[in-house]
Amino acid sequence: MERSIYKFIFRFSKREQVFILLFTVLSLPFYYVSLDIPKLIVNNVLSDQVTEADASVANLDLGMVAAAEDIRSFSLFGYDILDMERLTLLGIYCGMFLGLVLINGGFKYFINVYKGLLGERMLRRLRYQLFSRIMRFPLPHFRRVSSGELIPMVTQEVEPLGGFIGDALALPFYQGGLLITALIFIFMQDFWMGLASISLYPMQGWLIPKLQRKVNLLGKERVKEVRKVSERIAETVQSAEEMHANGMARWELAEFTSRMGRIFEIRYAIYNKKFFIKFLNNFLAQLTPFFFFAIGGYFVIQGSLSLGGLVAVLAAYKDLQPPWKELLNHYQIREDAKIKYDQVVAQFAPAGMREEEVVVGEVAPEPFNGALTTSNLRYDEDGEVLIDGFNVEIAPGQHIALVGGPTSSKDRAVMLLAHLLDPASGKLRYGDAEAQTMPEVVTGTQIGFVGPATSLFSASLMDNVIYGLRQAPRAPRDAGDDKARKETERQLSEAAKTANSADDAFADWIDLERAGAANREELIEAVRHALSVADMEDDVYQLGLRGRLDPETRPEAAKRLLEARSLLESRLKEDSYRGLVEPFDRDAYNTNATVGENLLFGTPVGEDFDLDRLPENEYVMSVLAKVGLVDDFLSIGHEVAQTMVELFADLPPDHEYFGQFSFISLDDLPEFQALLRKVERDGLEELEENERLMFMALPFKMAPARHRLGLIDNSMQERLLEARRAFAEDLPEALKGSVEFFDHDLYNTASSLQDNILFGKLAYGRAQAQTKIGELISDVIESLELRSTVVEVGLDFEVGIGGARLSSAQRQKTAIARAVLKRPQMIVLSEATAALDGSAQTTILKNIREEFSGRTVIWAMHRPSQAKDFDEVLVMADGKIVEKGTFDDLMENKAVLADLIGAE
Amino acid sequence: MSLQQDVELMRNIPLFAKIEPSKLKLLAFTAERLTFGQGDLVCKQGDEGDSAYIIIDGEADVIVDTANGEVTVATLKKNDFLGETAILCDVPRTATVKARSDLETLMISKDLFFQLVGQFPSMSIEIMRELARRVERTTVQLREAVSQQA
Repeated sequence: MERSIYKFIFRFSKREQVFILLFTVLSLPFYYVSLDIPKLIVNNVLSDQVTEADASVANLDLGMVAAAEDIRSFSLFGYDILDMERLTLLGIYCGMFLGLVLINGGFKYFINVYKGLLGERMLRRLRYQLFSRIMRFPLPHFRRVSSGELIPMVTQEVEPLGGFIGDALALPFYQGGLLITALIFIFMQDFWMGLASISLYPMQGWLIPKLQRKVNLLGKERVKEVRKVSERIAETVQSAEEMHANGMARWELAEFTSRMGRIFEIRYAIYNKKFFIKFLNNFLAQLTPFFFFAIGGYFVIQGSLSLGGLVAVLAAYKDLQPPWKELLNHYQIREDAKIKYDQVVAQFAPAGMREEEVVVGEVAPEPFNGALTTSNLRYDEDGEVLIDGFNVEIAPGQHIALVGGPTSSKDRAVMLLAHLLDPASGKLRYGDAEAQTMPEVVTGTQIGFVGPATSLFSASLMDNVIYGLRQAPRAPRDAGDDKARKETERQLSEAAKTANSADDAFADWIDLERAGAANREELIEAVRHALSVADMEDDVYQLGLRGRLDPETRPEAAKRLLEARSLLESRLKEDSYRGLVEPFDRDAYNTNATVGENLLFGTPVGEDFDLDRLPENEYVMSVLAKVGLVDDFLSIGHEVAQTMVELFADLPPDHEYFGQFSFISLDDLPEFQALLRKVERDGLEELEENERLMFMALPFKMAPARHRLGLIDNSMQERLLEARRAFAEDLPEALKGSVEFFDHDLYNTASSLQDNILFGKLAYGRAQAQTKIGELISDVIESLELRSTVVEVGLDFEVGIGGARLSSAQRQKTAIARAVLKRPQMIVLSEATAALDGSAQTTILKNIREEFSGRTVIWAMHRPSQAKDFDEVLVMADGKIVEKGTFDDLMENKAVLADLIGAE
Repeated sequence: MSLQQDVELMRNIPLFAKIEPSKLKLLAFTAERLTFGQGDLVCKQGDEGDSAYIIIDGEADVIVDTANGEVTVATLKKNDFLGETAILCDVPRTATVKARSDLETLMISKDLFFQLVGQFPSMSIEIMRELARRVERTTVQLREAVSQQA
């Protein structure tokens, strides 16, 4: 990267900078003429006494408002009738003035937009360069630098540079030009006055940078501190669990406070110094007029300078100020930009960065043409030699196990073999190609690597599994109409202007062929196969059962799921399932569902009809009023409250039953007790509106089959059905999207797959109902061959940030499936199954060895006994291979391997 | 079946005979009513157990897996309780219990069980009495078995 921001600017925007400058200069004549016109109007049109001398002075006056004499000569009362000639002239001048105003505005608009564009392009280029350098960081560097540090650097720290870049050349030249012109004018009036006006410049030029340097140093400090703070915040977010587990909030807060304190001190010091500089500048600026009056006045009194001359100099000096201020201001911004650039760039050049050609080199990923060989590999981190004299030869198709204790560096060894780390010396060859210069696209294709802990991308499970298939765009995106295509082309050509990636992120990137698939259906099959190798297929199936399907995009699948619903319905009539499920029926009350669920008879979409908050919904209450259930709800609620208070009043307040069984939370219990006393005294009628609502909310949570309070009898159920009908019929347009009603013949978009098939409620109090029905649903899905549909829905599961919505075992399995799916020539695993339970480990070990029979497997084992049956076992200790051979031979020798297994 | 009916039913079970009505109501409310179909397993020998059951209606066979195959050692009827051994001494289920007919039970979780025993000494006595009866019965059976062998 360019060492300084100026090198960066000149290398990538020389032409544009010159263009801006030229344009600025080009705009100047128009600007001056526009300033001159008022004077022309006054002198040539309005005033009768135009003298040659006045005109020449006025022209020299750099277009400032007409000189004082001119103004005095202007008299509005001096004439009352204008002759036509002057009127025409006035019209022409005014028209010219208006035209020039427009031209000047146009210039300004164009220059500003162009500057903005240039700044934004340069910023885009810079950010792209920074991000592409992150891609080239050696992996161990990521242990030293946190995302909390990198993110602000790429995002907000470089942001102000954009504004600066547009002004980098034009502003100093332009303002400098103005300054020099004004100075020349002053010097022409009087040499000594000129000298006086710049007398303080050397002082300013010497002192200000000196002070500024201190501010800059503080600025650097501040940037570093802020970076550390954002790193701390990122760390706290990541380790929130640890923080809570250890009760460390107090310490964290204190730590954060001290950092904020440091930033505060720095900022305060910056303000002090910065505004002192401003003060100094202002003072010096005002000091010069002092000299003018003192020296100029002296000359005027002496008679060697005319009064008019002094006034003109003072006016010109006023012109001197704005450019000088602008220049000083620019100087500060420039210093700021320089620091930011230097500081950011320094962080993006760690030692051992990979060559650009290796990381993004675009070549055809040809298979390796022979054995993997290493000669004397040596690898170190922070000066510590971790691997030394590492020599192996692994023929294609061999299955190799690496074992060793925690200090053996076997994890680093396999990462070297997978071309993820770069050796300090020695050679690694795949066939006759050297690894060091091999583009990652080749190793990324031919080698599958799974580490001990995998972070997933916040996307669907499917996107995560097929991640490795997206190495290069395969086909352009679906272009759409002409307009859309042109827009795409424009976007790509804009990207090319700033040397961004020329690839279209929205193109089709999925390499089906790598997965051995010809179309999307086959890809799903391939993914399922990869998942079953990783022992993950069933997990995804379960996710699918709980997932949702959009019938709009998959009408066929929705139709088939409805078939499953009717098949399940008929199977439920079998003896062994009788009474385990109470199906949804528009005309029957469901005793296993709560009153609220019965009323709604559908799945809430969004928050309007959230089941826990139904009583708060106005429409729900209006329906109850319409069918005359308000009083019933009130009296049922009253009875529930009585029962609850009776049952729970004597329990100690921390009793678990409150959470588990009560309709009333412990906090509300005293309030209900008071309410009940009030009712006993005054009757239900005397309650206030909010008190009534407290009672009325209680019945909503009741399910007759579960709570057995005997309060929802048959006639009550009938009336609730009536309310259910009224609810659906009168539902206002605005709420129509908030509930999806249960319909026997329609797929319910808002419910899970499982609930759609079940279409009813599991009966309470029936032994093993859940297990039995779960098995029955599986049966039904199996017999209708719907399993792959369910898995497909499971693949839509959003895994969350870093895959946090999956278990760590599932994340590992996903990583394994990802490596299997791309069908590499060689798979390298580094304790990849350590997070899994024993049986899953065994299954995956067996599956992978079967899947990769004929292909190379290199596996760093976390349990040495798993190395049994591998073609060769390499035993490592302290970064060296100390034993190699078959498992049985090594065990017979009773050396290192036997020890390791003994210690297992 | 309403809560009130449950309470009436439970009052007739000797185990709960001396518990005051309000407590009984709480018990009925919190304990889960569990229905088994004919042939369903209530618990399986060797499994982990975390609840006991009181039979409200129906019959169940107690089956022990021995070296010579399955042997039905007892039949449980209304008001009998089962499953208490596993939760009393933290051992796996000692026998399989299979519903002989449709079976209505009241399931009492381990926590609830210990709470009840702690709160109501009368219940502990009732359970001790039942356990002693079982020991006595087992002794008799053992004596018979030994004399048959001899």
